Amino acid sequence: MGKARRILRNKKALTGAAILVFLTLVAVFAPVIAPYGPNETRFLPGQPPSREHLLGTTSLGQDIFSQVVWGTRLTLVVGLVTGSLCAAISTTIGLVAGYFGGWVDEILSLITNVFLVLPGLPLMIIIAAYITVQSVVPIIIVISITGWAWGARVLRSQMMTLKNRDYVKAAVIAGESPLRIIFCEIFPNMLGLIVANFFGAALYAVLSEAGLEFLGLGNVNAVTWGTILYWAQNNQAILMGQWQWMVVPGVLIAVLGMSFALLNFAVDEMTNPRLRR
Amino acid sequence: MRYLLRRIGFLLFTGWAALSINFIVPHLMPGNPAQVMLAKFQGRLSPQALAALTEAFGLNTDKSLFVQYLEYWKRIFSGDLGVSLTYYPSKVTAVLAQSVPWTLGLVGSATVIAFTVGTLLGIFSAWRRGSLLADGLVPAALFFNSIPYFWLSLMVLYLFAYSLGRFPLAGGYDIYSTATGLAKLPSIIHHAVLPLSTIVITALGGWLLTMRNNMISVCSDDYVAFAYAKGLPDREIKYRYAARNAVLPSLTGFSMSLGFVIGGSLLTEVVFSYPGIGYILYQAVTSLDYPLMQAIFLFISLAVLVANFFTDLVYALLDPRVKDEGD
Repeated sequence: MGKARRILRNKKALTGAAILVFLTLVAVFAPVIAPYGPNETRFLPGQPPSREHLLGTTSLGQDIFSQVVWGTRLTLVVGLVTGSLCAAISTTIGLVAGYFGGWVDEILSLITNVFLVLPGLPLMIIIAAYITVQSVVPIIIVISITGWAWGARVLRSQMMTLKNRDYVKAAVIAGESPLRIIFCEIFPNMLGLIVANFFGAALYAVLSEAGLEFLGLGNVNAVTWGTILYWAQNNQAILMGQWQWMVVPGVLIAVLGMSFALLNFAVDEMTNPRLRR
Repeated sequence: MRYLLRRIGFLLFTGWAALSINFIVPHLMPGNPAQVMLAKFQGRLSPQALAALTEAFGLNTDKSLFVQYLEYWKRIFSGDLGVSLTYYPSKVTAVLAQSVPWTLGLVGSATVIAFTVGTLLGIFSAWRRGSLLADGLVPAALFFNSIPYFWLSLMVLYLFAYSLGRFPLAGGYDIYSTATGLAKLPSIIHHAVLPLSTIVITALGGWLLTMRNNMISVCSDDYVAFAYAKGLPDREIKYRYAARNAVLPSLTGFSMSLGFVIGGSLLTEVVFSYPGIGYILYQAVTSLDYPLMQAIFLFISLAVLVANFFTDLVYALLDPRVKDEGD
């Protein structure tokens, strides 16, 4: 109860959650909200916004509003799935490295630091350029591989302070297995940090996805906000006076990113007693 | 000394890892990209260049992967990274040498400006916590942090360069001007204003938030309370006590962020057709110029690793405690 009230009182958390819920509803009810299918090409191409086409039509004659609504689905899914994958990898590696210490920590920290300093986006671009499979799965994998390291580092240092607490020592003496201690005893106490880490990773994923798709390195036939931008740019939307084709998906990416950023910041603020007031 | 050795060891290890990834990625991919590339360039390149490519990517050879790996290292140490296909017959190294100064100048100055301004705003936002302006900086920073770099670049480009015509549409300097040397500088700055501002705007928020949170944490430390008790002036506590310690984690972030900043600036360069590595990388990717792609990734990773190495050394000078902790 206390936690729920704290979330409701925190304006940042509330705004972030409201945006996320709204976009999720749009994604779920896309078939109801969107007047046409995302790939229907039966309209007059290049129309400005009108009552029939709220955001006009593309150069191929697709309804942009319907594309944006349908695009919410894949954009959200890629963001959330990638965020979860990143968070899962960083939690496992961070907690194991921090708990066991010694040579396990040496090796895992070395791997983490390598991934931390290797430049992520150039690596993604290179890998994506070699991939010939037309699907969003490669993008999810590529972003997860390059995006987990920061979280692992943060969680590892938190683990190192938590493992010296009395309740952990008691669990050790009681003879619980290390994995049980890590995931059943300590994990719940780090949930705040892990959740914050998940939102941070989701933000990173949404921005990276948009960047890769804008370069045409994703699956350009899938409808996401990133690929809508790719087609808008390739058809010189703005030079044709079609501002809304470029502006709307970009603003939506920023809004979705902001909701993840707000939730990340708010969870951090609520769980870190020093930032609370 | 032990710290220095550890850092050097880490630099060498990460360098090895980056170069090995660079070698292994094309070999792991399904559908052999090199073959696609060869098919594409068949008849457009001289037979010697094709033979060199076949050699470089291990096609049509019965050599084992391991032997190819050793030969890859031999080529790197002899500085022979091959011939670019888009800029044929220029050497890849020559193409790189032309674009690197542009990126270094743009990204370097943007990072320094974003770090300084962001950190100062962070100090302000933490110190005046509770006031409207200081607290309003947080959501603003979060928002600018969430804008896609490339999209902001597009908007800025169309608004200020295309519609208003205040700034050039593309390039790094006026290619029709006959000015040389220092006389080129005004044109270079004029071309850099827009890309630089977009990088600064999107990167600023991160520094602001990091510094703000550190500063708030530090302000509840005992030694700050003691400084108040001693009756030291506010200004002195703010900068010499609190900010001085709070900036340390930001500095670690600084070395970590170099990779991110270069990544983001790649897209900015693409949008502004700025003649740096990002733009060249984009061209290499769209025209399947694998030798150039490999060389660019190699250069970017080595640059980030070396910069990271030096930040670590500077950090140890500023905060001697890290030397004792090992890592």
